[in-house]
Amino acid sequence: MSTAVELRQVSRHYGAVRAVDAVSLSIQDGEFFSLLGPSGSGKTTCLRLIAGFEQPTSGSLLLHGQEAAGVPPYERDVNTVFQDYALFPHMSVRDNVAYGLMVKGVEKRKRHAEAEAALELVALKGFGQRRPAELSGGQRQRVALARAVINKPRVLLLDEPLGALDLRLREQMQTELKSLQRRLGITFIYVTHDQGEALSMSDRVAVFNNGRIEQVDTPRGLYTKPRTVFVARFVGASNVVEGELARRITGSERPFSVRPEHIRFVREAQAEHLGVEGTLVDVQYHGATSRFTVEVPGGPPLNVSLPNGEEEAVRPALGEPVRLAWSRHAMVELEPGA
Amino acid sequence: MGTASAGVVRPLSNLLYRRSTLRLFLLLTPPLLWFGVVYLGSLLALLAQSFNTFDDFTMAVTPEFTWANYQALFEEANADIVLRTVGMAAAVTIASALLAFPIAYYVARYAQGWRKGFFYVAIMLPMWASYIVKAYAWTVILTKGGILYWLIGNLGLTGALEWVLELPYVGGTSLSTSNLGRFLVFTYIWLPFMILPVQASIERVPPQLLQASADLGARPTQTFRTVILPLAFPGVVAGSIFTFSLTLGDYIIPQLVGPPGLFIGSMVYTLQGSVGNLPLAAAFTGVPILLVGAYLAMARRLGAFDAL
Repeated sequence: MSTAVELRQVSRHYGAVRAVDAVSLSIQDGEFFSLLGPSGSGKTTCLRLIAGFEQPTSGSLLLHGQEAAGVPPYERDVNTVFQDYALFPHMSVRDNVAYGLMVKGVEKRKRHAEAEAALELVALKGFGQRRPAELSGGQRQRVALARAVINKPRVLLLDEPLGALDLRLREQMQTELKSLQRRLGITFIYVTHDQGEALSMSDRVAVFNNGRIEQVDTPRGLYTKPRTVFVARFVGASNVVEGELARRITGSERPFSVRPEHIRFVREAQAEHLGVEGTLVDVQYHGATSRFTVEVPGGPPLNVSLPNGEEEAVRPALGEPVRLAWSRHAMVELEPGA
Repeated sequence: MGTASAGVVRPLSNLLYRRSTLRLFLLLTPPLLWFGVVYLGSLLALLAQSFNTFDDFTMAVTPEFTWANYQALFEEANADIVLRTVGMAAAVTIASALLAFPIAYYVARYAQGWRKGFFYVAIMLPMWASYIVKAYAWTVILTKGGILYWLIGNLGLTGALEWVLELPYVGGTSLSTSNLGRFLVFTYIWLPFMILPVQASIERVPPQLLQASADLGARPTQTFRTVILPLAFPGVVAGSIFTFSLTLGDYIIPQLVGPPGLFIGSMVYTLQGSVGNLPLAAAFTGVPILLVGAYLAMARRLGAFDAL
């Protein structure tokens, strides 16, 4: 497998603001790779650097082994699906999709046939005559996708493409995007702030924070072995314990995280488990699971998630003193940080 | 007193809140009256006037229906006036569009902060000065021995100027009595009316569309031709309606600058003044209405408004 995109110590500064700060990253050919982070973390700037809309302040960016600094977007073998789709309002859907072929000088009949095929790929057969304004959000999203893949790019960049869609449509499109990526066999680089989306679709995920990468890993790796406090908090629900409380539990002030589903209520302390005592202050019903909030002295409240419907040995009532316990394996030591 | 006024105001505002039709009626009646009576009413009165009969001998207007005034427009002397005016209006419009587009593009896409402010002021400032003052100023600029002759002479281009002034339609005895001079003044005066709508339309083109175009492989010239120009075209059409109809209706610049020969505006002025032939004057004003209507229909068919 060869490298599709490689960033070596790439920075992009706007005056004193370091939007992207010495980021190094290597994305393999055919990979579904997500850039995950809160807004302003540098993930979109990173994507724009790869697309060529921005130039790095320093560092080196390689596309399929070729240095890309200074290469304008129209000479890069990458295409982008924009957050707000950026469809041309004065063109029909078919002309939008065929645009990439039109500017290359492909003759009309051929490019219309290919546009029709691309529309079929995204289940919009027969929509070619319409204007973008006549389509729903989900349909526009598919047109943007068809338009971006018609040039058969080796890398497809997607900038929060599902952000404007409602939840059901978003879940449906996630499945479709993933299957489209498998069928086309091209590299997808996917920017999102939605950790659920990143985990469910990606082969690997880079977690961004303050212009830097905190961790690059598979979704499972990120969830089970977060390396930093930030990743533990951002990816999935987690209890991050640090400072005084951490010292009381483990004997060291080094922060650690433990997932809510790995904590149990127990009647008495067990030697092979770690644990802490507290007071149950809130119970939230989530369908398949219930979430219990437990106040513990010396730190923020801890969350416990228990499946509903099965017999639970201990299911305390509100306001009761409780004892929490978790296995040493469920606990992940973290590097301190933001 | 507070309770007394509240006793009236509150039920009234409650009534207006509940009755949206009444609210709309009260809101729209004054402007609709203004538009209906003052605006459209006077226009219709003008058009009705154009079908009245004018007696050359008694110089009296009688309300007898006739097509004679419109037929008169096709007489050679009158047709000349129409062609002269329309030709100038078209030339001024094209020149304004060509000059305005790069300026508008720069202001909309590149100018930031004080540069943008500077351009707004630079574009608008001439509009604050009196039109008459500017027109007279140009007669001084264009006259023989004026600053433009001086400049051209110092650049060693007097020969070229003389050659240009001998061209048919364009030239004349001097710059200030040539169609070229008149064209320069018109273009100067109406240019802001082209720049502002074009700039507004370019500004409305989302930058993402330009990025999308480049992303799909379009070189800058292709992006300009296939994305920017079609999307900015409604602005050019809007601006050209201004420059075109303002030139069509003008009657002062043709008197001050350029060769002899009437414009539609000056003809209307003459007809309604000393001659008192209001019906023919009204028929003349029908020409710009018809032309701009036809122009809009054509622009629509060419797809100028598809992007709206």
